[in-house]
Amino acid sequence: MRQLHPLTLLGAALLAGLSASPAFAQADFAGHWAPLFHEDHPERIPGPELGDYLGIPLSEAGRLRADSYDADRISVVPEYECRPHAGDYMMRGLSNMRIDAIRDPVTNRLTAYHLRMGFQEMERTIYLDGRPRPSANAPHTWSGFSLGTWQDNVLNIYTTHLKENYIRRNGIPASDKRTFTEHWVRHGNYLTVETVITDPAILTEPLVRSQTWVLDPTQQMGRDICETVPEVPKAADYVPHHLPGTNPFLHEVADWYGLPADATRGGADTMYPEYRKKMGKPANPPPAMCVRYCNCGLNGGGCNLQ
Amino acid sequence: MRRTSLASLTAAAVVAALAVGTMSALRAQQPQTPSLETLRVQGNVYAIFGAGGNVTVQAGSDGVLVVDTGLAATAGALLAEIRKLSNGPIRFIVNTHFHPDHVGGNAAFSGLPPDPRGVAPERAANAAAAIADPLQPLNIIAHENVLNRMTKALPPLQPGQTGGSERLRGMPIDEYFAPTKDMRFNGEAIVLYHETKAHTDGDSLVLFRGSDVVSAGDIFTPDAYPFIDVASGGSVAGEIAALNHILQLAVPGHTEEAGTYIVPGHGRICDEADVVEFRDMIVIVRDRVQDMINRKATLDQIESAKLTRDYDPEYVTPASFVKADQFVEAIYKSLTAAGTK
Repeated sequence: MRQLHPLTLLGAALLAGLSASPAFAQADFAGHWAPLFHEDHPERIPGPELGDYLGIPLSEAGRLRADSYDADRISVVPEYECRPHAGDYMMRGLSNMRIDAIRDPVTNRLTAYHLRMGFQEMERTIYLDGRPRPSANAPHTWSGFSLGTWQDNVLNIYTTHLKENYIRRNGIPASDKRTFTEHWVRHGNYLTVETVITDPAILTEPLVRSQTWVLDPTQQMGRDICETVPEVPKAADYVPHHLPGTNPFLHEVADWYGLPADATRGGADTMYPEYRKKMGKPANPPPAMCVRYCNCGLNGGGCNLQ
Repeated sequence: MRRTSLASLTAAAVVAALAVGTMSALRAQQPQTPSLETLRVQGNVYAIFGAGGNVTVQAGSDGVLVVDTGLAATAGALLAEIRKLSNGPIRFIVNTHFHPDHVGGNAAFSGLPPDPRGVAPERAANAAAAIADPLQPLNIIAHENVLNRMTKALPPLQPGQTGGSERLRGMPIDEYFAPTKDMRFNGEAIVLYHETKAHTDGDSLVLFRGSDVVSAGDIFTPDAYPFIDVASGGSVAGEIAALNHILQLAVPGHTEEAGTYIVPGHGRICDEADVVEFRDMIVIVRDRVQDMINRKATLDQIESAKLTRDYDPEYVTPASFVKADQFVEAIYKSLTAAGTK
């Protein structure tokens, strides 16, 4: 039998040791995180204006769905009252977050991250163990099924099996056919999450957004229990909505902020900087000073709505 | 060794080739074995996909209850799939309505021996007798309107025919006519609710009260517009009422999801939130059609308005059974028909 050189054996042992160890470049996302709202502040705090579709690559179908939306639905239809955000929007909404690392008790390998959000007690699991996706016939959930893979210290996540929800909280829907990809990056105490949503029923192009969080080790997250109650007597077959062409609120956002009306209708063009050159002039000039939602603090506190 | 002549070899080759060709042709005519998938919903209840309409199965120590039996062509594959869940006797079939993708396997299931666990070889040889035995312990349950429609579809009796058990094979002769029917099987209460004038005039919702599952039939099809079969007594008002009834029966779990699960007639396993979206879509489209009817629009004008164009990407595919115009037409017909507004 041929003898192996001691250096060969040493090399093999080193390789085996390296392959059994976690990658040193992997970031650790476990901990308490507080959201920062410097990005897209008006949309997130206090919330989007009705009819503001600017920057959303809406299809014609998606636009009509949004135009038909009547915010009364949230209170009139009891089943909507306690709905949480879906997996894509929960990373963007007003909510603190705790991330727990789930490890195999024997090997200590990281097998998943489990997320708990303050708002509506939303939960989400991001599997890292390469398990197969559920069947197409399996139930869809708010959070969907998320599978993550590492690319150096970036965690790439692909999510499927989502329930219908919303892309923007002014009636722009998100269909149950959508999927989304995330890229999680940690720089020190900051976590940046880039989200790319693909929705063949609502969007003509992927929608790219990002959100940033800051580590907050002292954060305390309590319960947030929502109870559904019928608040408004209604006929069983009544659902609030606007018939096509009858929504009276669609021009408000252009009027209030002095924006070209076409720009507020959204579409893929409105996502790109070049659109400024062709978006035209507003019917009314922008107000000389802020008149709506000025000086908003965290969670909408201190908003000056006139 | 006896030599075989070239002519004989050629003849044999031709015969073999013909046989292979014939077999290939036969294989081409036969339906390919369908690929079925079974998922556990929860409790004692499972859903089987791919047999035509969805099939719901409740299995336990008492035996098996099957809600709908798919297409006739997939009955064998469906039975094999059910046997993976239980080898117990199939005691009940419930038909949610009369369409062939939901009752097609009835006849095949009616031909099964009463209890596969106790079938001795000599008894198996008498399977034909079991097929014809009206006392075999398989009850096929449906609302009486289902039986009426299936009976109407039978060919007329020929001279000398008696209309006996063979003619009734696969028919839901354990019919009910009251608003509800309940039973207990495998330790859980099962309640059937007749939904009048919904998808058809004979729809049943099946509630598995212990497992907390509703089998909805074609009242609910989350990925497709509903087939409101107006010619068979369906109506948009009844469809909405039936969906509202599902919402009454369903209680969601934490964060308004899961809890009660709903097995639709076609499509994935759902919960209350999915039914709400589907119900709301139908209400909104109905309101749009009604608005144009109120403005004296004709059906052509209503269809030209493309009132479902915002929902079409979600509910219509090239393979869809119900296209947008058919959905709108069904709503129009049921809104303009006397007594169904």
